[in-house]
Amino acid sequence: MEHLPPNSLSWASSCWNWPVINSEWLLADIDGGHTDPARPWTWAFIGISFIVYLYIGWRSRVRDTEGFYVAGKGVPAMANGAATAADWMSAASFLGMAGLIAATGSDGAVYLLGWTGGYVLLALLLAPYLRKFGHYTVPEFIGSRYYSETGRVVAAICAIFISVTYVAGQMKGVGVIFSRFLEVPLEFGVVIGMAIVACFAVLGGMKGITWTQVAQYFVLIIAFLIPSVAISSMLTGHAIPQLGFVASDLSDKLNAALVELGEQEYTQPFRNFSRLNLLCITVALMFGTAGLPHVIVRFYTVKNVRAARYSAAWAILFIAVLYTTAPALAMFARYNLIQSLNGAKIERQIDTVEIVEKGSKKSVAIYQLISAAGVPLDWATNWQRTQMLRIEDKNNDGFVSLHSANGSSELVKLDNDIIVLSTPEIAGLPPWVIALVAAGGLAAALSTAAGLLLVISSSLAHDLFVRYFAPHATEFQRVTIGRITIFLSILLAGYVGINPPGFVAEVVAFAFGLAAASFFPAIFLGIFSKRVNQVGAISGMIVGMTLTLAYIVLCTAHNVLPMFFDKPLLPPEHYLLGISPQGFGTIGMLANFAVALIVSKMTSPPPEEVVELIENVRMPG
Amino acid sequence: MTNDRSTEQTDISDARQNYWRDNLRIVVGLLTIWFVVGYLASILFVEWFNELSIGKLPLGFWFAQQGSIVVFVLLVFVYARLMDGLDRRFARKRGL
Repeated sequence: MEHLPPNSLSWASSCWNWPVINSEWLLADIDGGHTDPARPWTWAFIGISFIVYLYIGWRSRVRDTEGFYVAGKGVPAMANGAATAADWMSAASFLGMAGLIAATGSDGAVYLLGWTGGYVLLALLLAPYLRKFGHYTVPEFIGSRYYSETGRVVAAICAIFISVTYVAGQMKGVGVIFSRFLEVPLEFGVVIGMAIVACFAVLGGMKGITWTQVAQYFVLIIAFLIPSVAISSMLTGHAIPQLGFVASDLSDKLNAALVELGEQEYTQPFRNFSRLNLLCITVALMFGTAGLPHVIVRFYTVKNVRAARYSAAWAILFIAVLYTTAPALAMFARYNLIQSLNGAKIERQIDTVEIVEKGSKKSVAIYQLISAAGVPLDWATNWQRTQMLRIEDKNNDGFVSLHSANGSSELVKLDNDIIVLSTPEIAGLPPWVIALVAAGGLAAALSTAAGLLLVISSSLAHDLFVRYFAPHATEFQRVTIGRITIFLSILLAGYVGINPPGFVAEVVAFAFGLAAASFFPAIFLGIFSKRVNQVGAISGMIVGMTLTLAYIVLCTAHNVLPMFFDKPLLPPEHYLLGISPQGFGTIGMLANFAVALIVSKMTSPPPEEVVELIENVRMPG
Repeated sequence: MTNDRSTEQTDISDARQNYWRDNLRIVVGLLTIWFVVGYLASILFVEWFNELSIGKLPLGFWFAQQGSIVVFVLLVFVYARLMDGLDRRFARKRGL
């Protein structure tokens, strides 16, 4: 992956592997004799949290399809908000995002804005109406509103495609956390994760998933806040990170430190993306968030339209707790990293590790460092062992220099995930906090995986199998089919988590763009226009999806189809208007809107009963 | 008798139209604020906003990384409250 991050720009580019967590941790030969005081705590916390999840799953087991797919439509608004927040925040949000923002500085706003602003759209434009429509799945809405079985099948396939690629990253995240914190093989971690999800999802369906997600939200948010509060108090004197972010002079100090190192200021916008590209990426992430099936489906589980509105409000509030802490943590951590590492004395080389890089073996030195202020940096030694951090004394002067001119920075590798993972150690917190972070990361990964698995299973079982192959199935048979499908989905997710096909890692970063270009316009127009018809909506979805997918494939041909191409067909310097593939979903979405409206205008309006359906969806109660 | 019923029907259909129109007004109003903080202040005119500051941070940067999120949360709660009022009025009219 990334080898030479001389400045924040190339450092940032490694982040686009999101949300598949960097697997290079695993290639490192982790020192066997090294005992970690956090290890027993980690086993204990993970064990306790898993027992809690299993207990909740057992308590909320269900017998009917309504319970299995939409938790009996009885989830209170606030609980659904917490469940939605856990459903939404993945392993990558939890572990990777703060690091990503630390790397990109001001431009990190794309993720913050994109992944929260989408909830405003969801709350105001989609959730209440979809709840009024009722039923169990998003494809059902598309199928009924556009009076089309084709539309329903296409929507179901899109939902499965988006969710399978997304879930692969989550399952792998589970394995990575196990292997990082407990040094067990990745496959073992994935299998444990699968077993836990299987227990509560197969028994409890959406109901089991919902209540475990509520518990998982609290685990992950506490695990995120404790280290953030500690580092904020340490660096800014304010216990509330959001306040430390605004009120301390740390931003000035960080800006000055970066300028001294030959980089641009942290608060300087458009360092990594052009204005138009930044705009397009934000739009794609926002509208994609609003169009992701596993998020939308959570709003089917509440009592009524009013509860759907309030649960969207609780959801964005719960999400905002993490999303306003992350940029503060990012800034603190970036500053702290520079302060600790720049000018640090290389005390001695204590070890070497063998790593495999670009197919060839190479040995890398591990150094013991002492910061310029005279503090021994033990955490840096530990992260060097895992190869998430690498130092090379290029000029052999015995000191680490982060000066970036001419690629001279001696910090040659820094994995984004370090920012969150190392905060407890840097802030000098006791080992059990590190263990809590591990449990939090697992909670984030498992809750998102469970939500995605339910979408895969409901699309397969409810939208496709039962409808076409078992239309006369009894209630008991339908639930059994649901249980079997979710179990098979878990096996599939585990398999793609351990052996991700090349295209999965590539496409998953673009899931938002695809959702924005396909689902969002179809659902939005389905509610807000009485004129958009079957032909219009379906051609819009096809055009939006095809355009976006084609652009992504053109830009990433060397990764998607490595057997045919050794370089992208469309290199970055030839991007259309400079828009990168992550932002191209915006163009796809605009095309979808245009095609849907124009084609509908030229063809006959929807039938009377569909107009009635729209009017009914628009009214409360 | 027949006349009464048809007036009632028109009233209900009027109420439905008014409800939808007011709903659209609320949505458009709130999304305007969403656009101003999320897009104008954070991206399109971020340098202008960066001339100002909040605490020790440039204002545009703060909106881009924190302020917008705070506003987003408020918007969704305000929306739920406003719609409660609208629902109540609609229910009263329909009840008459």
